[in-house]
Order: sequence, then C-alpha cells, then structure tokens
Amino acid sequence: MQNQRKIRVLIAKPGLDSHDRGAKILARALRDAGMEVIYTGLKQTPEQIVETALQEDVDVIGLSILSGAHKTLFPMIMELLKQKGLTDVLVVAGGIIPEEDVPEMKKLGIKGIFGPGTRTDEIIQYIFENVPKRI
Amino acid sequence: MSDKEKIDEIAKQRERWEKTTLPKWIGQSPERKSEFRNHSGTLIKRVYTPEDIKDLGYTRDLGFPGEYPFTRGVHATMHRGRLWTMRQFSGYGTAEQTNQRFKYLLKEGETGLSIAFDYPSIRGYDSDHPFSKGEVGICGVTVSSLKDMEVLLNGIPLNKVTTSMTINGPAAMLLAMYMAVGDKQGVPREKLGGTTQNDVLKEFFAQKLIIFPPKPSIKLVTDIIEYCTKHVPRWNPISISGYHIREAGANAVQELAFTLYDGITYVESCLERGMKVDEFAPRLSFFFAAHNDLFEEIAKFRAARRIWAKTMKERFHAKNPRSMWMRMHVQTAGFTLTAQQPLNNITRVTIQALSAVLAGTQSLHTNSFDEALALPSEEAVRIALRTQQIIAHESGVANTIDPLAGSYYVENLTDEMEERTMEYFRKLDDMGGAIPAIEKGFFQKEIADSSYEYQKEVDEKRRILVGVNDYTTEEKQPIKVLRVDPKVEEEQVASLHKLKRERDNRKVNEMLEKLHYVAEKDENLMPTIIDTVKAYATIGEICDVLRKIYGEFKELIVI
Repeated sequence: MQNQRKIRVLIAKPGLDSHDRGAKILARALRDAGMEVIYTGLKQTPEQIVETALQEDVDVIGLSILSGAHKTLFPMIMELLKQKGLTDVLVVAGGIIPEEDVPEMKKLGIKGIFGPGTRTDEIIQYIFENVPKRI
Repeated sequence: MSDKEKIDEIAKQRERWEKTTLPKWIGQSPERKSEFRNHSGTLIKRVYTPEDIKDLGYTRDLGFPGEYPFTRGVHATMHRGRLWTMRQFSGYGTAEQTNQRFKYLLKEGETGLSIAFDYPSIRGYDSDHPFSKGEVGICGVTVSSLKDMEVLLNGIPLNKVTTSMTINGPAAMLLAMYMAVGDKQGVPREKLGGTTQNDVLKEFFAQKLIIFPPKPSIKLVTDIIEYCTKHVPRWNPISISGYHIREAGANAVQELAFTLYDGITYVESCLERGMKVDEFAPRLSFFFAAHNDLFEEIAKFRAARRIWAKTMKERFHAKNPRSMWMRMHVQTAGFTLTAQQPLNNITRVTIQALSAVLAGTQSLHTNSFDEALALPSEEAVRIALRTQQIIAHESGVANTIDPLAGSYYVENLTDEMEERTMEYFRKLDDMGGAIPAIEKGFFQKEIADSSYEYQKEVDEKRRILVGVNDYTTEEKQPIKVLRVDPKVEEEQVASLHKLKRERDNRKVNEMLEKLHYVAEKDENLMPTIIDTVKAYATIGEICDVLRKIYGEFKELIVI
C-alpha cells in the first residue's frame, strides 16, 4: 500500500537569520496533521538543505526565511534540486518575501508562497492538494 | 472599622451584587466569552475590588519612586525629570548609509543611537565568507572591521550621544571597535556611554544567533562586565533581554521569569570571578518587549523592578540601592505587527509604547508600521519616533509617576506576575540553574508550547487579530518599502579586500597569535581584543581564532 505512505516534509531554514517561530509552529502543525516532518534547524546552506531532502526522500520542502536573502539563496537551492534530479518535490516558502518578489520566486519553481498571517490549516490544505502523487 | 472589617463588608456587597444586579444584566445580554484570559493565561475577573489587593502593603510592596523595592520606578522624579531615551534600532546597507540614517534620526529628535548589525557581523563572519552570501547589509549594517565602525560613527560625538549595540557573540569585538573610535575622537573611556546587549543565555534558547558554546560565551560576557566595571564606568556591559524570549513565543510571565533568571546567572558568574556585587550590579541593564495586552504588560514591568530589587537584596545581599535598580529598555513587539493593512500597526505600536511609558521605562524603541514587510522606510521610522514624542508631550501620561499604582486590577496582576516568576525561579534552581535547563531543553519546550498555543488561538479565532483573522479586506494598502541595493555586498567585499591588502598584515598576525595565546590562558580577553581590532583585524579573523579554541554552539532543536 505505497500510497498510504505519510507525506514527508522538510522544513528548512536557509540563510543566517534565526527567526524560527514560524518554522517550528508549522513543523508541529504538519506533524499534527499526520505528515512526517524533518526540521533542519538554523543556518543551513543550500547544499545542506538539498542533501537532507535527498537523504530523507521528502515529498515537500518548506523554506522559511526572514532575512531578506531569499533572492540569493532560493535560486541556488532550486538549481541544486534540479541538478540532483529532485524536480518532482513540491517546494513552498514562507517568511518575509515582499509581494513584488513573488513572481520571480514562482518562476524559479517555488509553487506556494505564504506570507505573515497565513493560517496553518491553509498551508496544510495546500500541501494535501498539491503534493505529487507517488506511484 | 478595621481594614479586615472593610474588606469583609466589600466581599458581602460583592456577593450581593453577584446575586442581584449581575444576573439581570447577563440575562439580557450574555458576556462575549465564557472566560477572559490574558496572554499568560491568567483568568481575568469581571471586576477587581479592594479584596484583590487586601494583602498589599504600601510601603513594603510599592514604596516611593527611587526607593526600595522600586516598584514605582528607579528614580524619584522619573519622567517628570527626564523623559525616557528615544532610541530607534537601526542599521542597513553600508556603514555610510547607516551613518546617514543615524544623523537623520538625531536631527528628528532621537536622543540615543541603537545599532542593528547584519547577520554576518552578528554571527562573526566577514562579508566575503560563503555564509554571508546574500546577507550583507540586508538586515542591519555590515561591520567587518574598525574601518567600517569609523565610517559608521563618523561625525557623531561619542561624548554626547549614548549608543546601544545589539550584539552578543562578537560583543567584545564591537565594543572594542567603539572604544577605538572613542580614542580617535579623544573621548576618554570614562566618558563613553552606551550598552552592549551581550546577553548570551537567551541566545541559546530564544534568539539563537550565537557563535560559541555556553561556557566560553559566559566567560566572554563576564570579561566585558569586568573590564567595563573597571575602565568604562558609564557603559552598560550587558542588557539582559526578554525581548527575544517573547518574540520566540514565550508569554509575558515566561519572558519575565526567564530574563530575570538569566540575570541571576550572570550575577553568579561575576561573583565567581571574584567581583563584588555592589561594584558591577549597578550597571546591569534589562530589555523587554511590549505586547498588546496593556495592563498585563504594565504589570510585567512593575513586577520586574520589584523582583529584581528583592533578588539583589535578599539573594545576593547587595547593599548599594543602585545594585537593586532595574533599568530597562523596551521595544514594542515586532511579532504583533501585521503585513495585512500595515497602517494599523501604528495603533498597535502606540498601545504597546504606552504600556512601557506608563510603567516607567528608561528607554524605548517603537517599531515602524512597515516592519512585517521590510526594514523600515524613512517615513515609517519617523512616524514611529513621532509616536513616542506624542506620548511624551501631548498625552499627559508622563506628568505623574506610576499612575496605575493602586489600581485593584494592575496591583493584582503585578502580584500574580511576581508569584508565577518565583515559581519558575524555584523550578530552575532545582534543575541546577540556567545552563542545565538549556541543556535539558526546558526553556525551549516552554517557549515552543506557548508559541504553538498562541497560533492555535489565532487559527481557531479564539484570539482576534484585526486584519488577519477578522476584519480582513481585499484591497491592499500600497506602501513603499525599503530595499537594500544588492550592490552593497559587492562594494563591501571590495572594501574589505582593499583593507586586507593595505593594513599592516604582520601586525595583524602578531595580534591574532597573541589573542590565541591569551585565550588559551583564560585571561580577560578585552585588552587584547582592543589591540587586535586597532590593528584592523576583522571580526571573522578574531572569531576564527576563538572558534578554534572554544568550538561552536550547536542548537538543541525542540519543536
């Protein structure tokens, strides 16, 4: 019953900022919603994040960043995912990502972007609806 | 009638009121909720009466401003004598850009500086380190060496302005740079005034922007306190901070208890070093957040002063009243700002700032309305400063001291804050202190649970956030946010490389070797760090030497 496998999510904190309140709340909320959650902890390089995603065989990566470095770090992460063949992983992001940056981030392949004030159940629902189906 | 008889009479009257008047009203229109609670979970009564403060002893528990237990304020004249320092935390881009922002703020009536450093500086990396990519000058000003500090403080007279530096891991290096600029300006050390945050304990469980493990981190904190006590007497070597604990998710009681317990830990460390309590304690300072629940926050600040005074007197046997003073800086809570309908944040900030002023703060930062979106624009930061000026000069609240003293509600809440804090103190003492509690993940778990509970309240609409989960609107309020030019990183890296080419590198190496030697011997590092920064060694180079000796902190993840 492979399709009974729990959705595996990596919550990752790229960059040097330490605002982990949102990341931790989401990790717990996704766990409560029945997903398996791996939280990286702070100060992760793009290489570390992609390596963890590969090792943990995740379906979803949630990137949380509030330092303003998303314009530098997200392209690096998306490029590495491509290189490692992790193109079917659903990538979403949250934190402080200005409205005007959203189109650029979406173009990189980040599907959902959730700003401050988003309800956790909104994100849970989004993941259930958009997670790629495993064959 | 004796006091006891008076209270009994009031109790009787209350019971009568509850049986006769109240049910009629509740029958006609029920209350909005079955129970009302504040952020710390305290059940809030319908109405407070003298019964709720029947054990309050005026002289014992409140006293007069400037006198033990300092509940009403640390100075006898408080804001009637001198208003609080209006100190706006700021920094972005290059040292030159932030220098311009500082001058703008001083021109607009700010009375003290507060430097926000960028993440590479905070974490002890130079701007050309791989970790710094995309982060240089983004969330604060970038300072890699004394050269940057010279530009940052150019034209600012350090004998007239006091400066707060939000820096922890590399606090010793940045304080050394500040003193070095003072030396160049001809300002003697004893005339320098300001604060280094230098509070590493809260880093391990709340802010988590720290370089070294607990033991060497506390050693460095103690070095700074010891050095400043002897040589920089007007400097607050530490600002024991609850702000980040609150922002990480703690409630008001946890913020209060954990911060003050951190304070106890530093006092113990200084005593172990052989310092005398009345020598260093007068310069310990504190930093709290101001959230939205007005009276809860006021009670927190008042309780903080009383608990600290009692702790210093009873636990550490301080004799000098100044050792019992809790002087505080307050910042309005960034976490409460909403990205939705951002102009509403001006109102939130006003309420939060009011709590700090009503409770007698020494210094205040008001957040800008656009900070859930970006670093503040010049317009936003001016409104934030004007908010303080309006409170100071138009509202009349600063005309008398501690105006809420005697309020049945506020005094009851103040007592409750103190009781619950003392419970935490006992629990932490039993665990063997702050460090074992950190290693067990105690603080982390407490904070994570409170933070999750808060979010659930919001998600389930048990807690209303205007514009977020209620009173929402489709249209956006277009506001212009500040963007840091990506060229800043390039320019900064180029200027760092130029510095590394042009400085006396033999001298730099000599100093770094000396630092290594002194650090291994466990001496006070401050004098050597001052000489090392004066040779234009960078933050990254200095921290690398210490990383080799001390190792690096590894976060204990508690979700």
